[in-house]
Amino acid sequence: MATLTETDPPPPLPPSPLSPTAATSPTPPTKKPRRGRLVPYWLLLPGILWLIVFFALPMIYQASTSVQTGSLEEGYKVTWHFATYWDALSEYWPQFLRSVLYAGSATILCLLLGYPLAYLIAFRAGRWRNLILILVIAPFFTSFLIRTLAWKTILADGGPVVGALDALHVLDVTNWLGMTAGDRVLATPLAVVCGLTYNFLPFMILPLYTSLERIDGRLHEAAGDLYATPFTTFRKVTFPLSMPGVVSGTLLTFIPASGDYVNADLLGSTDTRMVGNVIQTQFLRILDYPTAAALSFILMAAILIMVTLYIRKSGTEDLV
Amino acid sequence: MTKDHGGDVRLSGISKTYGSFTAVHPLDLTVPEGSFFALLGASGCGKTTTLRMIAGLEEPTSGTVHLGDQDVTALPPYKRPVNTVFQSYALFPHLDIFENVAFGLRRRGIRSVKKQVEEMLELVQLGEQARKKPHQLSGGQQQRVAVARALINQPRVLLLDEPLGALDLKLRRQMQLELKRIQTEVGITFIHVTHDQEEAMTMADTVAVMSAGRVEQLGSPTDLYENPHTTFVANFLGTSNLIEAEVDSTSGDDIVLTAGDGKLSLPGARCSAPTATGGRVLVGVRPEKISLTHADDAGDIPVGRNRITGRIAASSFIGVSTQYVVDASVCPEFEVYVQNIDRDPRLVPGAEVVLHWSPAHTFGLDAAQDIDAGVETVEEEQVA
Repeated sequence: MATLTETDPPPPLPPSPLSPTAATSPTPPTKKPRRGRLVPYWLLLPGILWLIVFFALPMIYQASTSVQTGSLEEGYKVTWHFATYWDALSEYWPQFLRSVLYAGSATILCLLLGYPLAYLIAFRAGRWRNLILILVIAPFFTSFLIRTLAWKTILADGGPVVGALDALHVLDVTNWLGMTAGDRVLATPLAVVCGLTYNFLPFMILPLYTSLERIDGRLHEAAGDLYATPFTTFRKVTFPLSMPGVVSGTLLTFIPASGDYVNADLLGSTDTRMVGNVIQTQFLRILDYPTAAALSFILMAAILIMVTLYIRKSGTEDLV
Repeated sequence: MTKDHGGDVRLSGISKTYGSFTAVHPLDLTVPEGSFFALLGASGCGKTTTLRMIAGLEEPTSGTVHLGDQDVTALPPYKRPVNTVFQSYALFPHLDIFENVAFGLRRRGIRSVKKQVEEMLELVQLGEQARKKPHQLSGGQQQRVAVARALINQPRVLLLDEPLGALDLKLRRQMQLELKRIQTEVGITFIHVTHDQEEAMTMADTVAVMSAGRVEQLGSPTDLYENPHTTFVANFLGTSNLIEAEVDSTSGDDIVLTAGDGKLSLPGARCSAPTATGGRVLVGVRPEKISLTHADDAGDIPVGRNRITGRIAASSFIGVSTQYVVDASVCPEFEVYVQNIDRDPRLVPGAEVVLHWSPAHTFGLDAAQDIDAGVETVEEEQVA
């Protein structure tokens, strides 16, 4: 923005044949500088219009829907019926809790899987770096829906994956944790968490990679020079410096995962319904718009509160 | 410090090759305990690689590194009693100054670091800045933090990799004195890598001039300056006038040479070239050793001085001295620096002059070398 205003010719400058802007300056500069000063706002205008039409207006519309009463046949009216919020929360709190639990588990799994890979790409991959990065993004070339459906086949009953997990007694552990039931993986919480982890893993890896890649390799040398073993160097230098990536990666994973309904719909059962599934049903099948809108707002508020607390706690406000 | 020479650094046959490129040719070097040692050379001469091999950040292709009696060649950096001040300082951006300085102590399991850290910050005059983050400090302050962070561990050897490279000229001068003061105060062996010959000469007791992966010459700054053994050292350290000459005869300890139609003499001890009669020698003299006399007064010049005739091509007044470029018969660009005490108004461009200097200030170099070695390197550095 500063450069834009700097292009204004300063008034006392004599006209120069080389500069087209200076050529007009003998007449006292009345209009030109003003227009220059407005340029930033003109540039902002399309974005602001877009946000007003497609974000602010729908939000207001949803907010008003959430406090309406009535029925589909008679039409809905704004009656400031805030009780809808309380009713929605008391009826669907298990789904809320489940959403947080599944999204949280998927986020932790993504971090555990993604960190070593991002570390490898940033520091060890050498000439393979770009290839691995492309492989990380490659799944996006296929539709989200198709990839999730593919997991139905992967986790199919009696399939090789389930067979292997059973043989390795992993299923015993997950059964004990209540993540699976019997010798099935499909239609269990584990399947939903697996799907979420798979679908959001790139959103974890990319910010992690970006923040790891920015770390000056000489800091590792300096830590080693100051008696830090490689592991201590990771704990005291690399990991703290990658916190911005950890925070943005977990946010980019947790937020969409907690609102997701496709994974729970395709890989889960009626016992694994997340809040996203409830909202979808309310909006599109039951057509109870006020409840659906209220649920959406509760979810949004819950995420905002959790994210704020999380960023405060991790002390990275100035790093994000 | 202990008396077992635990701070001696001994490199034996150490070398480093990257593929087909040899960064450091097999090198033997002993840095005595408590000395301020400088590795001087242009970029790419292998000085930083040598330093990194001492630190353990680079594994030598051959040879060994000893600290005192201990062979540390196979030790990883975190097990060596050596600390480094990095070129870019490499301060930890997420830690404040106090924690940066305390880093090494904490890694060695020392709990109560407060007193030591505060004393160390006092030594580098940064007591007030303890709770700031590195990016809030100026370049000079960051540099001092880097020194404090390394020194607090009381290493047996402190390695400094171009530590003043990022500072402006005035600050660099100040820090040179500061580092010298700290070294004298703590008595730890310092090995300092630099491409700045003035920096090396003002700070170090001993300087090793490196070029293309080899040590050209090693000695005290005065020794290197007054009696260079190679054209590289003669040109890289300050300026030298080099004249191609032929050995004429030997009289006593002195060698007499013919250059053009004149005779020059120099002490045999100051000649590093073979002195067989008829052999070719490069005769060198530093610009400030030369006196300039107008040709009309040539009779007043004392007998026994080396003399050369020429015409002043250019002169520039620099305050403390006047620098002349003289077109002499034996050398087209002879440089002469004259102190501004009694300025002879006749010494202007175009004047015929006699250049004369004491034979004791003359040195002889092997003529088989490139006469411009070291000059080119400095120019390349400036272009880059």
